[in-house]
Amino acid sequence: MHILITILQRLAYAALLLIAVLVLNFSMMNLAPGDVADTIAASMGGADAELMAHIRSEYGLDQPFLVQLVAYIGRVLSFDLGFSYFYNTPVTDLIFERLPATLLLVVTAQILALVIGVLLGVFSARHPNGIANYFVTFFALFGYAAPVFWTGILLLIAFSLKIPLFPVAGMSDVTVEGNFFVEALDVAHHMVLPVITLGSIFLALYSRLSRASMLEVLGSDYVRTAKAKGLTPREVTLKHALKNALPPVVTLAGLQFSAVISGAVLVETVFSWPGLGQLALTSILARDTPTILGILFFSALVVIIGNLLTDLVMRLIDPRVRGRA
Amino acid sequence: MTKHFKSLLAATALVSIAFTAQAEEPVRGGTLIHAMAQTPRHLNPAVQSGIATGAPGAQLFAAPLRYDEDWTPQPYLAESWGFSDDGLKMTLNLVKGATFHDGAPITSEDVAFSVKTVQENHPFKSMFGVVTSVDTPDEHTAVLNLSQPHPALLLAMSSQLLPIIPKHVYGDGQDPKSHPQNSENVVGSGPFKLVEFTRDQNIVLERYDDFFIEGRPYLDRIVYRIIKDASSRAIGIENGELHMLTFENVVRNIARMKENENLTVTDEGYAAIGALNWLAFNTGSDGPLADKRVRQAIAYAIDKKFILNALMQGISQDAKTGIHPGSPLYDDSVNGYDIDLDKANALLDEAGFPKDANGTRFSLTIDYGNPTTKPQAEFTKASLSKVGIDVSVNSFVDFPTWAQKISNHNFDMTWDTVFNWGDPVIGVHRTYSSDNIKPGVIWSNTQQYKNPKIDDLMAAGAQEIDPEKRKAIYSEFQRILAEDLPVYWTNTLPYHTAYSNKVGNPPLGIWASSSPYDLVYLKE
Repeated sequence: MHILITILQRLAYAALLLIAVLVLNFSMMNLAPGDVADTIAASMGGADAELMAHIRSEYGLDQPFLVQLVAYIGRVLSFDLGFSYFYNTPVTDLIFERLPATLLLVVTAQILALVIGVLLGVFSARHPNGIANYFVTFFALFGYAAPVFWTGILLLIAFSLKIPLFPVAGMSDVTVEGNFFVEALDVAHHMVLPVITLGSIFLALYSRLSRASMLEVLGSDYVRTAKAKGLTPREVTLKHALKNALPPVVTLAGLQFSAVISGAVLVETVFSWPGLGQLALTSILARDTPTILGILFFSALVVIIGNLLTDLVMRLIDPRVRGRA
Repeated sequence: MTKHFKSLLAATALVSIAFTAQAEEPVRGGTLIHAMAQTPRHLNPAVQSGIATGAPGAQLFAAPLRYDEDWTPQPYLAESWGFSDDGLKMTLNLVKGATFHDGAPITSEDVAFSVKTVQENHPFKSMFGVVTSVDTPDEHTAVLNLSQPHPALLLAMSSQLLPIIPKHVYGDGQDPKSHPQNSENVVGSGPFKLVEFTRDQNIVLERYDDFFIEGRPYLDRIVYRIIKDASSRAIGIENGELHMLTFENVVRNIARMKENENLTVTDEGYAAIGALNWLAFNTGSDGPLADKRVRQAIAYAIDKKFILNALMQGISQDAKTGIHPGSPLYDDSVNGYDIDLDKANALLDEAGFPKDANGTRFSLTIDYGNPTTKPQAEFTKASLSKVGIDVSVNSFVDFPTWAQKISNHNFDMTWDTVFNWGDPVIGVHRTYSSDNIKPGVIWSNTQQYKNPKIDDLMAAGAQEIDPEKRKAIYSEFQRILAEDLPVYWTNTLPYHTAYSNKVGNPPLGIWASSSPYDLVYLKE
């Protein structure tokens, strides 16, 4: 019962937050000089006054700001994100067309990074003075500090050009035809480099955090007790220490999930991965307001849901949180 | 490059093409993997200009004429054509038996409909502006009636500008600009038909078996892969994943691809697109730029050789006028403003802008309309400081911001890239015509330049049917402009085509990838 009230409360906040996001984004988009008529003219190599006026009146861009804002909010409240000016397609279609690609990329990268990151963190926390520890620390710092597009291009030069193991761009090869298994394999093949690139940032975060958290827990009294009881180091680490070291990592994972789109923009651009990040970039450059707003709205939604889920998971794995409510 | 040398080059190119055609018989079959740098808005070039739609558009839709390397029109959907003696009628005789991808015959009605659609919806109003009506005396004859002679009409018959679209599909009453069949279920008239168009991924085209030219196209499929990152495209063609890139202009990548012996990298094929880099002046401002001596002084103070050799690394051509050097109308003899600081200083003194105690004459701002011309903007600042002009560089935010600023005449100087689009009437006049000063419209006469003599010359050039007389008119046009200098033209944009040596008959005509690929083939 308690949990239901918490969820309902959260949902109410979320709805208010979403409207605030919409108003803020819409206003900011309107502050920027120029509009989609300019970018359409650019894509055509020129335009005339009549055509640009036509575009502006067709999309209501010649209306006063408040009229546009109210019309937009009204549309969104009736679950209509509008039409993309640039692609002449419903924004919802555009977003859902791209969502699977981004989810596939981000979820795979996250899961791999989480698992490998925690393993590396635990490993280096157990051997804080070993060579391997320095290796892990260095690797993590490097992954965290190196810009993604740079890592991406380097990987491409190494594993696409010098040693041509992986394709340079895209999500699938249209010339590959076969059953589901063949096509899935093709997608997996295309995914390797983008997942490594994107995963390297997350991996760095998780391994550093789980190492720190693990070190803290390993120094606590009950671990010493467990050791004194005569338990094997493995049992101490996995059963006693890790359980208590995990909550911060889970919180971070939840927060990172909200960065689904921001993190993917660069990786998707470098690898021509047809996801939301690329769509966001294209529409920002094209000043395609409905699409940008749609994506921002959607991202806000993902952040809110992500946070809600994180809280729920925390309750499951950490009894202390359950008590507080 | 002298004109003789150029024609010699053209001749050699033709001979070598003829030679390869003889030596190697084109092969049927295969899939050409072609990179594209951006996703087109849709695939119907009749209502969407530009090179992104132009490339797949030229495969999906046939046009009345096509062009070879030396600007000579060749029969395509029109097997013959001609102007009446007074130049007021153009007759197109269509090939017989040509069909759209849905099997319906291509008739003169469709030509009339296409002309009308382009006339009403295409941004380049000057192409068909003088067409008053199109008569269709029979199924295979279309007659365009003109209010005045219009030699640019010949180039406007190219795939990029006049795709023949089916009246029974796009004439159903819906707005052709947002017609659903612009992106899917496209019914075309060209050598390839649409299989699939996935935004930001690929466009897949397949051979149209009933194409009106027997035995063509040679390729089974063309896959355009949309790869926005220039480095990724370069890596893709180097590792053999891609067969062809067009419109590449990142100097560094071009230089690297040139070193690969499996690739041919060339700037041939972009003459009609005619992309030029230039420094535009706001001649309508109250400031010093209203004086042509100041503009000339600025040109004299900028070392163009540095731009060509250092910034562009020798891969773009010198452009002295607003007409692309690859055009037969280009006049190489006009003043190119080789660097001369003494002359620049003298001109500025003469114009009444002496140096003050700090050695500064006046201050100006400079913008640039494309991140790639940032070095040019910074170089301009450095160059002009030598003659006492203090320049501050405005950084580039994004295209709409820049376009708003320039098109509303809120600037002093800006670097810009503008396309010729074949004939001066289509892409050149707009920059200099005094009745095209249109606030809010980018690539109109944003310089606010006015010269009645230039207006007269453009009016005459637009109507002159005789090629020699027309050339003379445009020579004078270029000479006066080079004197008035509303913009200082520096170089062609270094557009390059890179293709694997497996590709036969690459598109090296004047329209690059916006030309039909029915002759392109893949060697075994």
